[in-house]
Formats: sequence, structure tokens, C-alpha cells
Amino acid sequence: MNDPKDIKILAIETSCDETAAAVVVNGRDVRSNIISSQIALHTLYGGVVPEIASRKHIEKIDQVITEALKQAEMTLDDIDVIGVTYGPGLVGALLVGVAEAKAISYAKHIPLIGVHHIEGHISANYIENKELEPPFLCLIVSGGHTHLVKVNGYGRYEILGRTVDDAAGEAFDKVARAIGLGYPGGPKIEQVSKEGNPAAIHFPRAHVTGESYNFSFSGMKSAVLNYLNSCQMKGVEIIQADVAASFQQAVIDVLTGNVRRALQETGIKKFAIAGGVASNGTLRKAVEEVCDSYGAEFYRPSPVFCTDNAAMIGAAAYYDYLAGARSGLDLNAVPNLKLGER
Amino acid sequence: MKLLALDSSGLVASVAVVWDEILSGEFTIDHKITHSQTLLPMLEELAKRIELDLETLDAIAVAGGPGSFTGLRIGSATAKGLALALEKPLIQIPTVDALAYNLWGHRDIICPLMDARRNQTYTGLYRFCSGRMETLKEQCAVDIGAIVDEINKRREAVVFLGDGVPVFQHYIEEHLLGPCTFAPPHLSRQRAGAVAALAVEYYKEGKMMDSASFKPEYLRLSQAERERMEKEHAKDQENAGG
Repeated sequence: MNDPKDIKILAIETSCDETAAAVVVNGRDVRSNIISSQIALHTLYGGVVPEIASRKHIEKIDQVITEALKQAEMTLDDIDVIGVTYGPGLVGALLVGVAEAKAISYAKHIPLIGVHHIEGHISANYIENKELEPPFLCLIVSGGHTHLVKVNGYGRYEILGRTVDDAAGEAFDKVARAIGLGYPGGPKIEQVSKEGNPAAIHFPRAHVTGESYNFSFSGMKSAVLNYLNSCQMKGVEIIQADVAASFQQAVIDVLTGNVRRALQETGIKKFAIAGGVASNGTLRKAVEEVCDSYGAEFYRPSPVFCTDNAAMIGAAAYYDYLAGARSGLDLNAVPNLKLGER
Repeated sequence: MKLLALDSSGLVASVAVVWDEILSGEFTIDHKITHSQTLLPMLEELAKRIELDLETLDAIAVAGGPGSFTGLRIGSATAKGLALALEKPLIQIPTVDALAYNLWGHRDIICPLMDARRNQTYTGLYRFCSGRMETLKEQCAVDIGAIVDEINKRREAVVFLGDGVPVFQHYIEEHLLGPCTFAPPHLSRQRAGAVAALAVEYYKEGKMMDSASFKPEYLRLSQAERERMEKEHAKDQENAGG
């Protein structure tokens, strides 16, 4: 089963509130994917508390790594490469994974590769689509990021657009809190929206001017808050499901608007989505419809590979490894790391 | 017996190896706080210089708190990663105890002071008696006034050390009733050598743990937890009063 030519990667991800480790062979064959989620803990605070996240990471990291190796039926002696997320993300959280990965790399003489978190999300698409190869377009939507990227080659990215204010997932969280749904906003809004009318309220779709494919979500979020306020002042009852569905539709319209333009203007026939918000079923369906209308192949990771996970970091690390990337024992966490930088 | 010790709990990054009661090597730097970038390269350099084969270590010791939250986690994650990879036990040494151990054999009461911000200090009180360190007050996070009051009650000579000294020296000189001294530079900050020396005692007593169950001792809640508890406490009081 284990070909000596295989590249076996142990991947570690601690950039936000999931402590994760995975074993991935040759970038696409996931042998284990362990995620210890802290969502329940952060729900008490209505969002991720960085210090609490960091404390949980240090408690869980060794169990998570041990479990990932065990499920893959391997030991560290089988591992050829260690990949670890070193940015972007919460600095204290990132540092736990980075320090742990460096120590293991040093103790076992295993080459180390620092991986960009967004590059990991994009690479999640390689796991279940063995035939997918660049070039393709990718929309990354999560609690911290909203990027439209042209993947020119493995590890070669051209950012077509990004959010100029809030990330899409951040807007979901804020609106969810405002209408009393709580944290995490994405899944809760999606659930409630199923009972609501997406055309009930028209929230403005902000189009960022210029040639870029940039996004803006803060105006839309403010429009929801204003709507809630005015209802309250007029004594009008708020229909939670309609607000959720109408807001969700507005976000999806803004996202798919740029997807449509990008497909049209680049002529690329392959489109992928990634990131936590990419597990939103309504968004997946909407992007799929746009892709169909342009005759483009649509790729989407299963929800477990959309959320923060280490398998995607292993996939990205594999192609970085092939490209000759190596990190030293002085690797540091870089909270504002830009895509395409090393 | 061979032990590796790490300390990145404060301003200092430090690594040391003790081998059968001999300090084979120690590397300590107090220059900007870049523990994430310096700690492991320092260990690599030290190991090379003393030809250390990591597989021959008996245990890995780390200053396990209190201290800078991020600094503690860099040291802890490094220690946990090493212990996991090498399949060695971990020894968690209380940071303030290790600081006090810098002044082994001192005849006065030893009071380490770490700057914990918000006018607080991570501190404790210790005394050496026939070569053994006795703990008079366990490590804790308190206002500087509280520890000075406690020393005043004892009316004994005291020696201070730690990165809290420059922060609190003025207060101490104004409020301390008895005699005091301050440790000189080579003894006044965290040193992995002291962590290692104390770890030898722990090792002999079998006070070790596996890497999975190790977590730092912060002595403090996170700000979010503290504020949430204060809010709940206020609510309870309101309910009790109403």
C-alpha cells in the first residue's frame, strides 16, 4: 500500500478555532483528517476569542496529531514532509502549530514547509477532484476571507478581487447576531433561510467600482441593521426567516455577480469554490447555475474540506514541496500573510 | 540522566542541557522578544556544540507558567512537539520556582517578581534551608502591594529578582519596611539552567507527564473569560439584592 516513492505529508492547521492534523499522500490521497472544533466554547462569547482559541490549541495539539497518525496507520518515521499553516490567521493560534511543527521537524529531521491558509483552502479542491489541474478560477469565502483568485499553476495565484471591508462569513456572523441567531452565523442563517422568502426585503447589492472584482459587504450588513431598527421604531414585527433569506440572497447575488464576470472575461472553463461559507448549499447551487450557463466545470469540496482542516494544508504543502519550497527552524507566524508571498 | 530545559516565559529565551549533574550547555538571550524565531535555532546550535543526540534525552523540561501567554505557548508547543516526536516525558516547572532557584543557597527570603502588567506581578516567596528550597508562598498573580505587605509582616531581609524589578523597584523602596537587595544581572532573569537543575529534582521524584496532557499554568483567565465572569457575578448580586 505504501509505495516508497509516495510523499507522505503530516499537516497541521491552527490558524483560528479548529485544532487540526492530517496525513495526506501525494497531495490528493487523504489518509486521515482530524479536526478538534472549539465552536461550542466560543459560542458563549458570540465569536472566536483569540486567547481562548490559543489555549485550546496547546491543550489539544498532541492528541490531534497522534490521532491523525494512528488513523493513517503511520508513525512519524513514515512521514516525508511536515506542512503547517503559518498565516494568515490569529497570531497566537498560528504560533502553536508553527512551534509544534518546527519541534517535530527538528527532532525527526523531517523537511518543513510553511503553508498559506488560503492556498490550503484552494487546494482542498484537489482532494476529491483527482483530475483538477490549473488553470482554474476559485472563489474563497470564509469568516476571515473573500477572494476571487485565478490559479495559474500550482502555487501560482493571481488575485482578481477581494473584499474591501468585511469578509462574507463575517457579515453572516454579524447579521446572525443582530437577528438573534447567535454564533456561528453561516450555518444558522442558512438553516433559517429555508423557511424564509429571499425576495421579501431588498437589501442593496454593493458593486465596487472599477475594473477589479472586489467585493463589499459592510454596506449590506448596515442595511440589515437599519432595517431592523426601523421595524423596531415602527413597531413592525420582524420575520427572522425573511430577513435571513433576503440577506443571504443579497450576499449570493454579489458573489455570483463577480463569478459571472470572471468566467466571461477570462474564458476559463473551470471554477472552484472553497472556504467555510462554501459549504452553504444555496451558494453552491447558485454558483453551479452560473457555471452551467457558461459551460464551465464546477468544483466544490465536501463540507469537511470547506471548513478549516489540515488535509487541505497537506494538499497545498505537496505542491509547494514539489516546487522546492522549504522552511527553516526560524519560521514565524505571519498573521497578515498575503497570498503568493513567501 | 540527561535533561533538556526550555524557558520562553518572559523577555528571555533560554535553552539548557544537564547531563549527570553537569550543565553541558546553556544558551540565553534577552534581546527583543522573538522567541518564535530564536528558540529552536538556539536549541539546534546548542545541540550541535555539545554533540547532543536528542534520542538520548531522558526528559524535556519547560518553564510551564506563569508568564507571557504567547511566550508560554511557544515554549510549551516546542516542548510538546519534541516530547511527542522523541517519545519522552515532559517535566513542567513552575516559572517562579525556577526563577527563585537562580539564587540557590541565598540566606534571605527570595522574592521573584515578573511583570504581569496592570500593576500586578507573578511572584512567590522562597527560602533555602540546608540546600533545599522551601516554598513560603506559592507562585501567584497579585498586586505588587499585596506581596510587599506580606513581606513586611515577616520583617526579614529579602532579595528580589526578575523582570518585574525595574517596574516595581520604586514602589518597593517606598513601601518596604525591612532590608532588601536586588539580584545582579547574571542571576536576575529566567535561565533554562535553573529550570534544568530544578527538573533534576522533579525527575528523581518521578514528577513527569506525557506530552498530550501537558498545558501551561497561566494563573490568569483570559480577558474575555474574566469579563464574562464579572458580568455574571454582577447579575447574581443584583438578583440577590433584588
